[in-house]
Amino acid sequence: MTATSKTVPASAATGVGKAGGPPTGKPGAGRPSPGRGKRPGTDHPLTPLLWLGPALLLIAGVVLWPVVEMVLTSVREVSRAGVIRGWAGLENFEALFDEPDLVPVLIRTLIWVVGVVGVTLLISLGLAQLLNARFPGRKLVRWAMIVPWAASVVMTAIVWRWILDFFHGMGNTILLDLGLIDAPRDWLGEPGLAWLWLMWVAVFVSLPFTTYVLLAGLQTIPGDVYEAAQVDGASRWRTYRTITLPLLKPAVLVATVINVINVFNSFPIIWAMTRGGPGHDTDTTTTFMFKLLRLDKEVGQSAAMAVLNFLMIVVMVLFYLKAVRWKEVD
Amino acid sequence: MRAHPIRTAVIAALAWLVAFFVLAPYLYMFVTALKPRSEVFTFPQGYLPETWQWSNFVEVWDRIPLFEYLRNTLIIAGLSTVLAVAVALPAAYYTARRRFRGRRAFLLLVLVTQMFAPTALVIGIFREMKVLGLTDTYLALILTNAGFNLAFSIWILHAYFSSIPVELEEAALLDGCGRLAALAKVTLPLAVPGVITAVIFTFIAAWNEFIVALTLTTDADTQPLTVGITSFIGEYQVQWQYLFAASLVAVVPVVVLFAFIERYLVSGLTAGSIKG
Repeated sequence: MTATSKTVPASAATGVGKAGGPPTGKPGAGRPSPGRGKRPGTDHPLTPLLWLGPALLLIAGVVLWPVVEMVLTSVREVSRAGVIRGWAGLENFEALFDEPDLVPVLIRTLIWVVGVVGVTLLISLGLAQLLNARFPGRKLVRWAMIVPWAASVVMTAIVWRWILDFFHGMGNTILLDLGLIDAPRDWLGEPGLAWLWLMWVAVFVSLPFTTYVLLAGLQTIPGDVYEAAQVDGASRWRTYRTITLPLLKPAVLVATVINVINVFNSFPIIWAMTRGGPGHDTDTTTTFMFKLLRLDKEVGQSAAMAVLNFLMIVVMVLFYLKAVRWKEVD
Repeated sequence: MRAHPIRTAVIAALAWLVAFFVLAPYLYMFVTALKPRSEVFTFPQGYLPETWQWSNFVEVWDRIPLFEYLRNTLIIAGLSTVLAVAVALPAAYYTARRRFRGRRAFLLLVLVTQMFAPTALVIGIFREMKVLGLTDTYLALILTNAGFNLAFSIWILHAYFSSIPVELEEAALLDGCGRLAALAKVTLPLAVPGVITAVIFTFIAAWNEFIVALTLTTDADTQPLTVGITSFIGEYQVQWQYLFAASLVAVVPVVVLFAFIERYLVSGLTAGSIKG
């Protein structure tokens, strides 16, 4: 998902755009000690290709080919019908950088990622703690927590759009009945308000995956650590700050990086709720790219935007590899 | 830790409140799906239907090509899952059991592809499928879903295979089993929880996939449910009651599926080694 997705894991995750979160962590937990598989003469040097071949083929055909195709398209002149007319050099990039909407969209993307991931993490830390405590009905509450992860992000975004509907939404009914507003408001019609609601929905769909990763992290902390703290007479908050949080750091790190990538790629929420409108006022780079492709039919420019997007993701992936300490994995 | 009754009560109340807030949008989805048209388009919106229009769930099949959308989603998600797991199994097994040149490079490639969501590459995917003449086909969506979820399957299966002692297989080999028989009879059954997790995650990711399907399909013959349903929004007047009835048909099975693997979820995420 994404996610959640990934894998989730993620998202599946993904949560999140990718509702099934992506996987977390590094390979080889509990792998046999190095050298165990080195029985001389067991495998022909080409044998690995037999086992890995199908996977390599699929990755090359579905993931690497599009990367190449995308880069090629970004330096070509493509007609509105999608026919390639020739090389364009960097013209597509120049045209993209001349778009007056580009800079605001980039800034908004940054706010989107930092804001959504930050708030998600804060809430999830609390929720993980809550779901780790013992109380009657814990299983049911945990199950409820999964629902936004399993329910598609598209459907969740659509129901929020309906809740926030100006004329017929339940949101206005509830807020009027509670006396919090005097007159119904058009939540998704005003750019500033719409933006806040979009961010809220993005947090809402990211919570389950994040909470579960942190919950998994909490469960790896042995109970005797806490007993020792209790013997020392440490307060609950102090125990949390000096013991739980540091031990939770790896989980927080992984959750952060995966969320950053999922939220950055998140497309359906904005698309289903506002289509990035009014104008480009609630666009992020992904919806902007899609509009260039589908509405403006500027294929080359859209590809240039995609390359820019891709470069930003590469930077994030490098951070991810650092976070899971790839180099330390043998 | 000590369980103080008042403390437990407060925690329980808080947790139940959270559960309610999380479920509320979906409850509202359900309530809207049961309202007659006249109650959907009123102001202010009523909390509960005055007339419970259960027939919406029957009529929706005529109003929207729901059967086609569901069929498409099932075919695409089902075959994507089969393909991804079938391809992931040998790769995960081999990298867990053997040391060979390029093993590290392969695992790095897997890790990196995991980070590239189809969203970022959608234009490349679109151009590729155009070249291959695969737009508006199941095959394009199946390959894409399988390819982008492959990494997770390899990852989780790799972790499971690694945790199964080699000695078990070696014992089977001594008993006269062939290499593949040992794999099929000893190792694979032990890795079943990993396979289940991989299957369900891939299936759900494919079930929920949106942007590639939105880009590559244009009509109800191949469009999955996610895209089909959203195409109804933005039209002159959205028939919300039908839209949500259809959404529930899609959402409920997946939620039930997810509830089944809840116990694998935490262990699966841990097996992915968050232990750091």
